[in-house]
Parts: sequence; C-alpha cells; structure tokens
Amino acid sequence: MKRWSWDRFQNFSFIFPALVIFSIFYIYPFFYTFVLSFQDYDFISTPKFIGFSNFREVLTDREWWSSMYNGAFITLWALTFQNILAFMLALGVDRVIRMNKFYRVVFFMLPILSEIIIGLLMKQLLSSEPLGRDIFNRWITNLGLGFFAQDWLGSQRVRLVTALVHCWKGFGWAFVIFLAGLQNVPQQLYEAARIDGANAWQVFRKITLPLLTPVIALVLVLTILGTMQAFAMILALTGGAGGLTEVPVMRIYNHLRFRLAGLACAEGVILGLILIVVSFGMFFISKKIREKYGVLPS
Amino acid sequence: MGYYRAKKIFILVLIHTFLMSVALSCLLPFFWMVNVSFKSQEEFDKGYVAKKAFSPQQLEELLADKIVKEAKFNRKFLIWNISTEDMLMVKLAQSRVEDRDKILKIWRRTRDYGLKPPLSLNLSNYKEVIFREKFWCYFLNSVFYTFVTVCSIVIISSLAAYAFSRLHFPGRNVIFYMFLAAMMIPLPAGFVPVYVLLNKFHLVNRTGYVLAMTNVGLSLSIYLLKTFFDQLPKDLEDAARIDGCNKLRIWWNVGLPLVAPALGVVIIFNALNVWNEFVLASLMFTAEELMPLQVGLMEFSNRMVTQHTLIASALTVAALPIILLYLRLQRQFIKGLTAGAMVG
Repeated sequence: MKRWSWDRFQNFSFIFPALVIFSIFYIYPFFYTFVLSFQDYDFISTPKFIGFSNFREVLTDREWWSSMYNGAFITLWALTFQNILAFMLALGVDRVIRMNKFYRVVFFMLPILSEIIIGLLMKQLLSSEPLGRDIFNRWITNLGLGFFAQDWLGSQRVRLVTALVHCWKGFGWAFVIFLAGLQNVPQQLYEAARIDGANAWQVFRKITLPLLTPVIALVLVLTILGTMQAFAMILALTGGAGGLTEVPVMRIYNHLRFRLAGLACAEGVILGLILIVVSFGMFFISKKIREKYGVLPS
Repeated sequence: MGYYRAKKIFILVLIHTFLMSVALSCLLPFFWMVNVSFKSQEEFDKGYVAKKAFSPQQLEELLADKIVKEAKFNRKFLIWNISTEDMLMVKLAQSRVEDRDKILKIWRRTRDYGLKPPLSLNLSNYKEVIFREKFWCYFLNSVFYTFVTVCSIVIISSLAAYAFSRLHFPGRNVIFYMFLAAMMIPLPAGFVPVYVLLNKFHLVNRTGYVLAMTNVGLSLSIYLLKTFFDQLPKDLEDAARIDGCNKLRIWWNVGLPLVAPALGVVIIFNALNVWNEFVLASLMFTAEELMPLQVGLMEFSNRMVTQHTLIASALTVAALPIILLYLRLQRQFIKGLTAGAMVG
C-alpha cells in the first residue's frame, strides 16, 4: 500500500486548517521568540542582531528581579492561603447537604468573570481619597472594626492587598477541582475506616489526604503557572503601583508597549524557563510524595 | 436530643457560618456594584461628604450647643431618609434629650456606603455609559469576536479531532503529540511574537485578532474532542459509510451530533476565554470602534476615575450578562472551565 494515496491525502486535509493556524500562530512565534530575543526591534527599523545583550540587560535589571519577587510573593499567597481556603471550603461543602449547590454556584462566580472586572471593582471598593471613596473601610468601621481601617492601596499594604484580591478571585477555581476530587473518593473507604473506629482526624489524615495528593499536586502546579502569568487584574487594580506590584508579565507587556520587542522576548524566555523548571520540580516532588505514601498515580 | 446529635448540629452550624461568610464576601461587592450603578454621582457623594465631615463624637459635641426643642421622635423617618447630616442635625435638635443616644445609634447603623437602596431606579447612568460612552459598540465587538472565534474553533478543532481519532494518514501521532505539547509548555510572553507577527502581516485588525484567538483555544479543544471521539463506537459511522456518505458528510452528520456534549464544554471554555481576553486586544486595538468590552472598560475607568457610579454601571453592563448566563448554565460553565485544568 502506498504511503500517500488520494485517500490518505483526503484524511490529511481534515487537520489541514488546524495545522495551518497552529503553525502560523504557535510554532512560528515559538521559535520567533528566541530569534527576537537576540535582536533589537522597535517595529519601525529593521531588526538588529545584538547577541546576548538583551539577556544581559534583563538578568542585571534590578526592577526585573523585583517584579519576579512580587510575582513570587503573590504566588506564595495563592499557593498557601488561596489553596488552603479552597480546600477547607471544599471539605465543608462536601459535608453539608443543604445549600451545597448554592455555595458551589457562588464560589465559582469569581473565576468566571474577567480579571479586569474584578480588578476595577476592588479598586472602587479599596481606594481611598481623593480619587476613591474608602468604601471598604467604611464597611468595616460599621462592623466595629474601625481600628483596622487603612489605606489599602497605599504603598504600605498594596502588595499584600493585591495578593489577597488575587486569592479572592482564584479560590473558587481551586475549590471546584478539590470538590471534584473529594467526591471521587469511594465512600466504602470512609465506611471501612469508621467501622475500624477511626476518628475524623485519622480519616482525613489517612484516607482523604493521600487520595487527594494527585489533585493537590495538580492544583499547586496550575496555581504557580497561573499566578506567575496573571497580570490583567493587577493592572486594573493598581496599575503597578510604581513598581510595588509590578509582576513579570506586566513588565513584558509594558516593554512591548514601549516598542522594546527584543527585550520583552528575552524576559519572556527567562520567565518561561523558570516556570518550566518549577513546574517540573513540583511534579517530581509530588511523584516522590505519592511513592512514599504508596498511592498509585491515577 | 442526644449528645451526638447536638455535636453534629453544632459542627454543621460552624461549617455553614464559615461557608456563608465566604459566600457573602463574594456577593457583597457585586451587590454594591449593582446598587451604586443606579445612583447619581451626587447622591453617592452627598452622603459621603456629609458623613465624612463629622464623626459621631463631633456630632455629639455639636449637639450639646443646640437648643433642644420638644418633638416627636420618628424612627421610621430616620431609618430610610437621612441622606445628609443636616437632616440628622434637625432631627436631633428636635428630639428629646433622652432620645438622642437612640437616634445616634440608629444613624450609625444606617450610614450609606453604597449599600442603601437608591432613591429611585435611575437609569441615566446606563444611558450615558451605553450610548454616550459607546459601550454598545464594545459589547457588540466582544460578541462578534467571541462568536466568530468560537465558531471557527468548533469547526477546525472538530475536523482535526475527528481525523486524529478515526482517519489514518502519515504522521498522525506526531502531529497530535505536537498539539499536546503546545498545551503543556507555558509561554508567558506568547503575545509578544504574535503581536510582532500580526504587525508584519498587516493583520492588526479584526481578522488578525480572531485568527490569533482561534489558535489559543485550538489545542485544548482538539484534545477534548479527540478523547471524546475515542470513546464513541464506530458502528454509526460504518453504517453511514456503507450508505455512501463521504468523509465530510460523516463528520458533519454523524460525528458532530455524537460529540455534542463535549462541544458544549468546548464552546463555553473558548467563549469565556475570548470574552475575558485582555492582553492581545489591548495591544492591538487602539481605535474605539474595534475595542472589545475588557479594553473599553479599562480605558473608560482610566478616563472617568472619579465618576464612581458611572464606573459601577459600566462594570454592571460588562459583568451582569455573564453572571446571568452563568446562573442559567452553571453545570456547563463549571465543566468547561475545569476541563482545561483536568487535562494537565
């Protein structure tokens, strides 16, 4: 039989449109990123090859590393606070029978909405005079927590507040994944444990947690990837706050706006490499943990 | 009631309190947004300025100087109609000394902060935002981009997924793994080369945006549809082939109806993706006629920083359709958005 026949060609034509778009908008840009990162290109003059100087500039750029620090700071909050909150909420919703649909719908509403909407809405609530109206401060004053009121988007607090708003937007998504994982745990295991006289903590520690390790690992990796690449919400909320909440992708975006395409690409390459290393590391660690607890990968 | 039952109820109450407080924190900002969107900036500010002027302690000091006249203390009036401090002062001045503490307490409880219902259902904000500020245009643009992109993704990806699952051609697996790899590798600055590319090809317009966004959703959609096709029996297609259908007709008349459930997930996932996309759109579209909703919203809020009620109504215009659609199709939304996560 011929390798290429008319029939085979017909079959191939089914994936042709997908392949064309994929080549033009994924494969070509993928390699073009590396090419551009060695060039100086401002959209007007012809690109100039300048060797590693873009990379040198990025790696020695204090502001780039401080934006990496900001990104890491927000990611750290998302990894711990957001995911622990989501996990607790999932445990709770898994347990209650009444209203669990209501909770699921409400918690998942924020991930549905765009980052811009969330960012602008929280800016309305949190920003203080003269541009804002201190709405959130006045709410908590009304609740008797007036001593807690402060300038949330001022230079003192803005990084933490950005991280918390990010968690607020993202927890629903981790919640849904955790909940799906919890509902996949076979009920017989719980029943068997109860018959054997295990208490709630033992059940959680010996059944729920090990069985959910793959799900937890997945959520952690996706949180890292998602948070390090998120920036529209931060742009809408603080606009960078003079570098205090500038995250890597925001820097790339701004450089591109200033027509520094080569520099932006070099930053993209560095960030991408870091993310790949981190996510592979996470997978490796979670595999080790799974092996240690003797849970088969699902 | 036994000890265990009491303990169980106590735990349930604790859980519900926790869940409810988080749920409230999610809902309150949106309630505020919709509520304020009906107020004029004056109505919103008046309460604000007056209330900022005096703290309750200052107010009490001020009151000490007032001549107290005898008057009936009308509780109902106080709860709903204090919009300025002046009226409160009058009321306090008119009330008996013993009643003042009570009035002040009620006043503290009923301060505004945008949570009080608007004086009237005033739609002028919406009129201004939608017609004068061109949000109708942004909205239609978003609908256009979303619709065209989702249609092209559905057609292109289902064709490809059908081929990957059912048809044979050289290099099938290699190409499929290439699509898979594209999903795994994070490209944080993927928009940079795409933007440069579109600039080179003079495609910084609607067509270019739709093409670029089509690519964004393509790999995942192909993967989802391919796995769904793999689970389906081939009998129907064989029957269609024996009846003389060509491949394209089998795909259209047999394949597509069979994967309809997966198509729903693909449609919602991609529609949300395009609707919420900001980066590429904000780089590409500087002309107002081309802007989608997210970019228009951002520009608008930068222009109208102090018009809080206008911004609130703009946000409502952008958010409410999605929220309503979500409430109607919760199941599909949750499936659609977690599908992306579950693949990895």
